[in-house]
Amino acid sequence: MPTPQFQDLANRCGEWLRGSGPQSEIVMSSRIRLARNLAEFPFIRRCTESDRLAIEKQFQDAIGSVGDWKALLFSDVATLPSVDRQLLVERQLISRELSEASGPRCVYIDPEEQFSLMVNEEDHLRMQVMHSGLDMETAWEQINRMDDLLGERLNFAFHERLGYLTACPTNVGTGMRVSVMLHLPALVITQQIEKVFRSLQKMGLAVRGLYGEGSQAMGDFYQISNQITLGRSELDLVKQVGEVIPVIIDYERQARAFLVKESRKDLHDRVSRAYGILCTAQTISSEETLHLLSSVRMGVYLGLIQDLEIPTINKLFIHTQPAHLQKLRGAELPSADRNVERAMYLQTHLRRSNNGGSATDN
Amino acid sequence: MKCQQCEKPATFHITELTGTEPQELHLCESCAKSYLTQGESAAPVAPTLANVLAKQLQIGKAAEELAKLDQRACPMCGITFFEFRNQGRLGCPHDYVFFEKELTPLIANIHGESRHVGKRPPGHEGGSDSQTELIRLRREMEDAKTKEHYERAAKIRDQIRELEKQVKPKRPAAGEGQA
Repeated sequence: MPTPQFQDLANRCGEWLRGSGPQSEIVMSSRIRLARNLAEFPFIRRCTESDRLAIEKQFQDAIGSVGDWKALLFSDVATLPSVDRQLLVERQLISRELSEASGPRCVYIDPEEQFSLMVNEEDHLRMQVMHSGLDMETAWEQINRMDDLLGERLNFAFHERLGYLTACPTNVGTGMRVSVMLHLPALVITQQIEKVFRSLQKMGLAVRGLYGEGSQAMGDFYQISNQITLGRSELDLVKQVGEVIPVIIDYERQARAFLVKESRKDLHDRVSRAYGILCTAQTISSEETLHLLSSVRMGVYLGLIQDLEIPTINKLFIHTQPAHLQKLRGAELPSADRNVERAMYLQTHLRRSNNGGSATDN
Repeated sequence: MKCQQCEKPATFHITELTGTEPQELHLCESCAKSYLTQGESAAPVAPTLANVLAKQLQIGKAAEELAKLDQRACPMCGITFFEFRNQGRLGCPHDYVFFEKELTPLIANIHGESRHVGKRPPGHEGGSDSQTELIRLRREMEDAKTKEHYERAAKIRDQIRELEKQVKPKRPAAGEGQA
């Protein structure tokens, strides 16, 4: 393993899978990100290497001068081994774009993993706050304060009529994306998910998969977010997304109730089979794992599985992903070996969990 | 907002997640219906930002005019309109001023609004001419360096330093910074 960095992170669960907070049975996490650019530099695609370094320096000075930010973890993404970059993506602390781009770029991470500041992403700064469960208002208050702290120290590109200026005109204005990650297995099983998406899209909301832009909806996780960033206040955007979430939660609950009522046996069978495969498979891909864990997670909430606890499942969601698995194993593994390692990991942790009652894994 | 495939109002806003990058479609009901029912094999329209823009431009512009527009370059960062059209990303904050005529309808099309009503940077005084000027000067300095005009590069560097002093960091009062 190239660096011991982030070993502590890998052992923990991460904010988006903490499984606490309001409505955490269906709402995984609430996230807000703001895009900001320094007025005196070109946008990222027109930056020279020295521009990028100068931008990093300005953020380093500004962030370093905030008293409460002394404990932030700094990571130079440009020189980070790919498994560590992937680890941060899996934990949703950095974007895939930041991970996969080239040139000087870095990130500052809150040790509690509630926020991170990405420098030299698509915009000079992408900051995000993530809270477990449905908690958008507090997330907005937090990121608004963070933005003020930086806005007092740096000259952000701002236009009287258009607001904060961004590299892509789709983000101009507030530069804000509010997104809520939902776990919607029953809507998927009952084939109502497409219908829900269509109505969301009519309302100007976007639906994305687990890892954001372009990713498929793995493990029945979906992110719902605003499309429009201009012409509405930040609080209005929070409200716009916030109003629709309880409705979807309600749909998912109804779909679960329907499944329990109308096809309890089939549902119980589906959930138990998923659990059985996870406990006994000898080789398993991360996609299949996510898919099966999704059924098991719903099964636990519906009382169809008695001997497992939600925190154990949430932990398995993250620990079985490729970079986490390798980090926990302490070695880089080719894909085929990872699938064997993953199966072993699942066996060990699921057995330990249902033998001892509560999970005591590290 | 108008449908991307005809002139009717767009009531369906679809995000296509199957490609490498998400694509946003804005369609009227009938175009949406035919889009949503088309088979997996049918080549999807690629309504990237650049395509929406290209369409918008073709409506009112002759080829010659378009070619001229494509060559216009921002005096600060040097990006041409053609490059923006292709990449879908702007080159610097000044582009919003320099390409205002082209961007205004595009932004109205994307957001349905044209005026920011959200927060402002604390203590923002407006006016960022000296900051965008820095973008131009730094680019000229790089250019002078690659052409080995070192005297000229040094002169520009002095100008940059002078200007940097003026725009430089707002210094927040000590004791602030409780996150």
